Amino acid sequence: MSDESKDTQDRPEPEDKRGVDRRDLFKGLASLPLLGAFGYGAFSRKIRADAKKRRIMQELGVSGEAPAIIDRAQSRPPSDRINLAIIGVGGEGEALLRGAGFAHPEVIESWRTAAQEDPRNRRLADFMVQDDLNLELTAVCDVFDVRAERALAISSNETRPAGGPVKRATRYRHYQELLASPDVDAVLIATPDHWHARMTIDAAAAGKHVYCEKCMTRTDEEVVPMVEAIKSSGIKFQLGHQNRQLESHEKAREVYEKGILGQVTLIETTTNRNSPGGAWVYDIHPDGSPQTIDWDQFQGPAPNHVDFSLERFFRWRCWFDYGTGLSGDLLSHEYDAINQIMRVGIPQSAVASGGVYFFKDGRDVPDVFQVVYEYPERDLTLVYSATLASGRSRGKVFMGHDAAMEVGGNLRVIADSGSTRYHDLIEQEIVDPARPLLTYRPGFKGIDAVTTATEEYFASRGLLYTYQAGRRVSTHWLHIKDWLDTIRYGGEPSCNIDRGFEEAITCHMATKSYRLGRKVEWDAERQVIV
Amino acid sequence: MTGTRITDAQLVTLVALRWLIGWHLMYEGVAKLLNPYWTSAGYLAASNGPLSGLYVWLASNPTRLSAVDWLNKWGLVIIGLALILGLFTHWATLAGMALLALYYLGNIPFIGTQSPIPTEGSYLIVNKTLVELAALTVLLVFPTAKTIGLDRWIGRRGEAQ
Repeated sequence: MSDESKDTQDRPEPEDKRGVDRRDLFKGLASLPLLGAFGYGAFSRKIRADAKKRRIMQELGVSGEAPAIIDRAQSRPPSDRINLAIIGVGGEGEALLRGAGFAHPEVIESWRTAAQEDPRNRRLADFMVQDDLNLELTAVCDVFDVRAERALAISSNETRPAGGPVKRATRYRHYQELLASPDVDAVLIATPDHWHARMTIDAAAAGKHVYCEKCMTRTDEEVVPMVEAIKSSGIKFQLGHQNRQLESHEKAREVYEKGILGQVTLIETTTNRNSPGGAWVYDIHPDGSPQTIDWDQFQGPAPNHVDFSLERFFRWRCWFDYGTGLSGDLLSHEYDAINQIMRVGIPQSAVASGGVYFFKDGRDVPDVFQVVYEYPERDLTLVYSATLASGRSRGKVFMGHDAAMEVGGNLRVIADSGSTRYHDLIEQEIVDPARPLLTYRPGFKGIDAVTTATEEYFASRGLLYTYQAGRRVSTHWLHIKDWLDTIRYGGEPSCNIDRGFEEAITCHMATKSYRLGRKVEWDAERQVIV
Repeated sequence: MTGTRITDAQLVTLVALRWLIGWHLMYEGVAKLLNPYWTSAGYLAASNGPLSGLYVWLASNPTRLSAVDWLNKWGLVIIGLALILGLFTHWATLAGMALLALYYLGNIPFIGTQSPIPTEGSYLIVNKTLVELAALTVLLVFPTAKTIGLDRWIGRRGEAQ
């Protein structure tokens, strides 16, 4: 029907169907000038945008590329297999084992179900393509029978990146028996903090390499002996700050070192959580009892020995007897990231405050906690602010005179309108202080699902995974690999004992200031907090 | 409509509409082609409405996603170019309608939904995508490319036979 209306339209024209007269040509090609305009418009816009971007990149001197990842030799003959052990197989312990390529059958099953329900959930697929680290899990130790049994099931589960067959690990009742075993080359320590120093010192004495969870120690007094034990033994020590492996942190370091931010006088970093899990109110296992938990071994070097308590066992982070709360659990990660990016080292002084304001469940560690660190030699203040009862994200911000940088899994650099360096570029409208000057999103195209609030927190902080060559990889895996590579091929782990020393002292300055209710300082000569 | 004559003013406005929509779709495509970081993943993942499950499924696999991205970018460019040139306009209009319908169905401003994708306006059920889709149906019913456009010659051969 519509074609006929056209015919009526065409009727007045001369009916010359073969020849193309000028009028015909004009009507057929009427849109060509429009296309010309389109081409010109699109082309000039692109040229202009490219020129602006080139000018900015030139001025900044950064590359748009992902940080180079230098992979060490990948071939691992069987003789190069490392016998791995684990002490402490709670939530983090299991996460480390998954990073090492060993997962519990129930976890595999839950991932499989999750992937069926939501195809965005790629946990199982990502785990199964994780590169094999050529390990054998030979020994496990946990004071809670249920967890020790889980670890044994993990050790013999053949649904893993490298496949089977795998030998079932041996369970040791006491960690010292595990360290004495000739079947152990390297050990993951994922116990509560009060055990870290003693176990690491004993492992070093036994010549076993150590990957130890943060916070490195429970007290400042334990730090120096631990450093000495590791240095004199020559073992490879890695502290469990897996977020060191983040691409965005490497990029942030490049941005800082190139001076893009100008002088940084203030760094603000935060923890914002709002869930019982985020506040360490972990589930109490129904099978937990004095019969299934070796309470005496659990208490070990804790300063106060008390009667058996399920709360204290499963929610140990809530008490200073076993850890340091926010300071050792979360400030430690934030500080380590800043130390990685700016190499700040140990501050001169710390002032901390806070209290138990929301989770009044018998804990003695604060749930709202602030610390101010001074670095007069660097003309720099570092502020840490944390609450476990509000989840609004406040990020991690480096405040520079020329630009501010926000760092998480992604990276954003925003020029400051008062900047000296970018003054001319801002006037020329090449740099817009209202928009990011640089953004860096680790090279990835695609989506993924993050499930719980705590996981989302970890993901935004880069504590779960990062991206390499467009693929999501576990930061635990990368951090364990980093450690194993130094055992096999030499070199230093990225979070070695020197970084651990700085992390532990810095965190303990905050804890000490909070508990003493006054400002504390680091006496570098005497190596003590005063 | 048979025998109804379109006035010059009607013809001019219809062609102008065809060119505007063509321009818009083509630049949407060109801009995506020029941006190496562009991907439909975020849009698909955040989709609501009856096709949400399908969209999420499409976005969850890198191969499927890159196919969708490729079809989307080149689809927009080719449809836009065809509308401007007036070439195979009938099919280009239908394809444009299909594409816009897919966009609309992926993000319908229902009474109870709050779009996770920030929009520059306020919409209830009707948004600009739906309006553009409706404008394309107008062009389908009032075709102009056989008068102004390359279809002029293509169509004529058909008529001659």
